[in-house]
Amino acid sequence: MRQALHAEWTKLRTDAAIAWLVLASVAPTVALSAAVAAARTAGSADLDTTKLSLVGVDLGQATVAILGVTVIGGEYATGMIRTTLTAIPRRIAVLATKAATLTAVVVIAATVAVLGSLLAAGLVLPSGVPLSLTAGSTVRAAAGSVLYLALIALLSLGVAFAVRDSAVAIGVVLSLLYLFPILIQAVSDQDWQRHLQQIAPMNAGLAIQNTVHLRGLPISPWSGLGVLAAWAAAALVLGGLTLRLRDA
Amino acid sequence: MTDTIAPYRYEIAPGRDGFAPLVHAEWTKFRTVRGWVIGCLAAVLLIVLLAILTGSGSHTETCVNGKCRTGGDVPTTGPGGQPVTDRFYFVHQPLAGAGSITVRVTSLTGEILPGGGVAAAAGSSGGSNPPPGAVSAVQPWAKAGVIVKESTQPGSPYAAVMVTGSHGVRMQDNFTHDRAGRSGAVSATSPRWLRLTRSGSTLTGYESSDGVTWTKVGTVRLSGLSSTVQVGMFVASPPYEQFSQHLGGGSGSQAFTIAGGTFDRVSVQGGAVGTWSGSQIEQGDLPPPAVGKFQQAGDTFTVSGAGDIAPVVGNRTGTIERTLVGAFAGLIVLIVLAGQFIAGEYRRGLIRTTLAASPRRARVLAAKALVIGTVAFAVGLLGAAIAVPLGERILRSNGNFIYPVSSLTGLRVIAGTAAVLAVGCVLALALGTILRRSTTAVTAVVVVMVLPYILSVSAVLPAGIAQWLLRLTPAAGFAIQQSTPAYSQVAAQYTPINGYFPLSPWVGFAVLCAWAAAAAALAAVLLRRRDA
Repeated sequence: MRQALHAEWTKLRTDAAIAWLVLASVAPTVALSAAVAAARTAGSADLDTTKLSLVGVDLGQATVAILGVTVIGGEYATGMIRTTLTAIPRRIAVLATKAATLTAVVVIAATVAVLGSLLAAGLVLPSGVPLSLTAGSTVRAAAGSVLYLALIALLSLGVAFAVRDSAVAIGVVLSLLYLFPILIQAVSDQDWQRHLQQIAPMNAGLAIQNTVHLRGLPISPWSGLGVLAAWAAAALVLGGLTLRLRDA
Repeated sequence: MTDTIAPYRYEIAPGRDGFAPLVHAEWTKFRTVRGWVIGCLAAVLLIVLLAILTGSGSHTETCVNGKCRTGGDVPTTGPGGQPVTDRFYFVHQPLAGAGSITVRVTSLTGEILPGGGVAAAAGSSGGSNPPPGAVSAVQPWAKAGVIVKESTQPGSPYAAVMVTGSHGVRMQDNFTHDRAGRSGAVSATSPRWLRLTRSGSTLTGYESSDGVTWTKVGTVRLSGLSSTVQVGMFVASPPYEQFSQHLGGGSGSQAFTIAGGTFDRVSVQGGAVGTWSGSQIEQGDLPPPAVGKFQQAGDTFTVSGAGDIAPVVGNRTGTIERTLVGAFAGLIVLIVLAGQFIAGEYRRGLIRTTLAASPRRARVLAAKALVIGTVAFAVGLLGAAIAVPLGERILRSNGNFIYPVSSLTGLRVIAGTAAVLAVGCVLALALGTILRRSTTAVTAVVVVMVLPYILSVSAVLPAGIAQWLLRLTPAAGFAIQQSTPAYSQVAAQYTPINGYFPLSPWVGFAVLCAWAAAAAALAAVLLRRRDA
């Protein structure tokens, strides 16, 4: 198992594209967060400054999804997967080691991106707008955002194992993330909106970023992250079954 | 003496090198991949399915004393079938046949009625009363002038010449049409003479500063106007509304207003001059202080009134483009196909065969763009042509009011959606050629086309930033779906969250096309310069 982990880490480390993707998931996240924070006007005290300072995650998750899809989609594209499975015949071990190395990389990148967003927002926010970096709710929002991005990566990995094609996988992941918010805007019944917000991976998962008006949320922060975890787990199970039952 | 040797000539005639065989080859590549054909069908199904979901998740009910029925309040509709506000105070008398009315307006004042603070919109953080300094301000679109109207029935055809709070003299007819006359406010020292003549179905408006030299403001034709109409003076003042969209929400205040106009030198030519009577048109929910009245002293009339004569500016919930949320799903599927259409060739090395068979590389790209664009257009057209009527039907049967649109606008919304999908696919193809990786190309196109739209309509961003995003990014192309126009003569929140794009439909579409053209040009250059 250690050797398998080491092999996966070597694959990740030596692929220049991965390094670029990690950078590309950090920079836009911080940039969008800072831009939005700079545009926030003083006054209207009941706005959720913490959530706004983390809005870059909406954008950064797309790059994290590419990362999650690429680590396995690339192997199917080049045929490398057959070498991998020859070297490690226990296929679930392949899935597990890939998930572990991917999670480690994404957690590090996401921590940098989230802390960078909060620090950048703290610098550019107009004076008089409170943003406490040590408040319990802010710490929860920040740590939750890191977990959110890690779960997005795992969701992407599971989908990519299931469909075995990077382009299709990224299409599925981005549809799951971005189509729900559009549908929620389009329906007008409150019940529908609430239920959709409870099951949509992006809307439910990002509930973890809320720090004010927690009672009015369609889903509480941690259960929202749980919903996303369920999506990711379902994708990984589906990917694992596909990997075990089908020829590579 | 030297012999010349005839140069060697290749004996076999060159093969056909036209564009048509190239397109045919690319079409064969597309149609023979089973997954791509399934993808096209899935895109159509998704567009239709999301229209059904949207319709099923939207109900309008009216409840009175605990008893509920499907359907909302039936709005007043104008001659064009569109919902209108037709609320004003009317001092009128009948006019038979041809004739004219002439008045001099010497003042237009206004005030905001107290206690009118009403929470404005969903997601608002509470309403508040308007700032004290604004009280007694005349509304920019407060109106006082002369009008010829079919009857006192709300929604009936009309033409009017008026002075406004801060938009000068205007001539308006049948709610949606507006043309400007001389600008400037009216006062006792700078009065405005207004004249409106009727001859058959032709109505002509004039204005003058001294009652001697007259300037024509405009001529309109109102078809089907009765021979006897109502002619007179009117005053209206639209509600005061202020709404600010902040990050993550918005707040607003709203209050009834009332305007007062002073008319003198009133004269009516033609027909039998009768006595003046006053009517509040469409009283509805007007509070008693806002109901208009008039006083006559000699030939001087003092008239007060609230309301507006204008089209209703709706929000996104009543538009037909709401049934087209599935276009985003279809777009993502088609972008995946477009990305694979070129990146798949790089992955499998087929690109070397393709370029060997057709060495003029830019033409290969053009043929691919033509094939994927046509496929996407067909998929989008089929999906939208089913989704719009079906979604509209479900929305209507659930009691929702849908703004009627002309058949030309409906065609533009449906064909425009198909065109947006086609151009989006060309953009994805070009990015796929530049990046040679389908994953990155697909994500890039989704992020620039779908994400700005989500951030703009879901009130994440303030209206100003949202509007700039929808001007500059390829998401501007979705403006072609906007079916309800923004009326310059009605002050309202024309923001993305209410369904209004900052650019007009075709300009927005042109922005998308410009992005696709720029990407395609770069892709053609790189395809020629780089080794395959």
